[in-house]
Amino acid sequence: MVNLIWLAMILTGIAVAGWQNNIQVVTQAALEGAAQGVKTSLGLIAIISFWLGIMKLAEAAGLVQALAWLLSPLIRWLFPEIPRQHPAMGAIILNLSANILGLGNAATPMGLIAMREMQQLNRGDPRTASKSMCTFLALNTSCITIVPSTIIGIRAMHGSADPTAIVGTTILATACGMTGAIILDKIFRRIYKHTA
Amino acid sequence: MYELITQLSRWVVPGLIAIVLVTAWVRRVNVFEVFVAGAEQGFSTAIRTIPYLVAMLVAIHIFRASGAMQLMAQALAPWLAWIGLPPELLPHAIMRPLSGGAALGIATDIIARYGPDSFLGLLVSTMQGTSDTTFYVLTLYFGSVGIVRYRYSIYTGLAADLITLLASIAVVRMAFHAGL
Repeated sequence: MVNLIWLAMILTGIAVAGWQNNIQVVTQAALEGAAQGVKTSLGLIAIISFWLGIMKLAEAAGLVQALAWLLSPLIRWLFPEIPRQHPAMGAIILNLSANILGLGNAATPMGLIAMREMQQLNRGDPRTASKSMCTFLALNTSCITIVPSTIIGIRAMHGSADPTAIVGTTILATACGMTGAIILDKIFRRIYKHTA
Repeated sequence: MYELITQLSRWVVPGLIAIVLVTAWVRRVNVFEVFVAGAEQGFSTAIRTIPYLVAMLVAIHIFRASGAMQLMAQALAPWLAWIGLPPELLPHAIMRPLSGGAALGIATDIIARYGPDSFLGLLVSTMQGTSDTTFYVLTLYFGSVGIVRYRYSIYTGLAADLITLLASIAVVRMAFHAGL
């Protein structure tokens, strides 16, 4: 699917640019995209290192385990294949908490740790996503946000009478999306039964 | 209310760091050493994501710069009018799952042009706040552990995006009684 979308995006782009007599933009756009990819990844080094350090401390202090214990009934229902005491549990819970708080920067490194731990539990082909990974990604792409801080800032900047007016609508709409994602994930888990 | 939320969001990260450090210290953890040991893994984790992000962003940039995205927006316009999405927000709806930065750029443009408290401004703000960049999340997270077969997660992600979009339109219409 990703292969197909990726191929289609590039080939359609080249075809449209050629047809509109605008082919020169393609090379430039490709290199810009590549540069942005590298820049984003390098920018992540600082923040990932920092949060991996804090995470390690939270783990050593027993905080992750405490939080995991609190949220474990819900997470166990969503991720039945992950053993209760496994480090993946803690990382998943911290990632979701950071997402809920709108701390995108803090959520990403925790999400990457969760993926690494889940990969160790992946009993199938290591190049194919496990069920837990699919559930985790579904939650991540649709996660509830309580304070969408970036957009509130932009609204305030442009003189809104009430910049936080959209907090309520955001929570409601995102709750619908997340419920939908969980239901769809549970359905897909049944359809794709044959693999880990 | 706005002040309270701003204050709260300012305190969340420092508060979290303080709680972790104090708890670790009380529990007699060697705080500095443990932090460094954790941070050490940051470099390799970030570097592993480079090829995946490069691949995805190249495709998105070509698609946008060529004008293909605009054509797609025009082709889909009648469909999206049927679900209640104003055509001005079509590029945002298409871009949201593909690129967070680009979607934020479109949202900023709409807010600047129509005003933050207009129906379009409120709707685009909600759309920006509710959804994450599905393709970025998939590429980054799966890429970091070398997963190349995403199975059904791409369907779940895009379907959830569609549900969130429909819910945003409905909720904003109900909350602000904005016109059809």
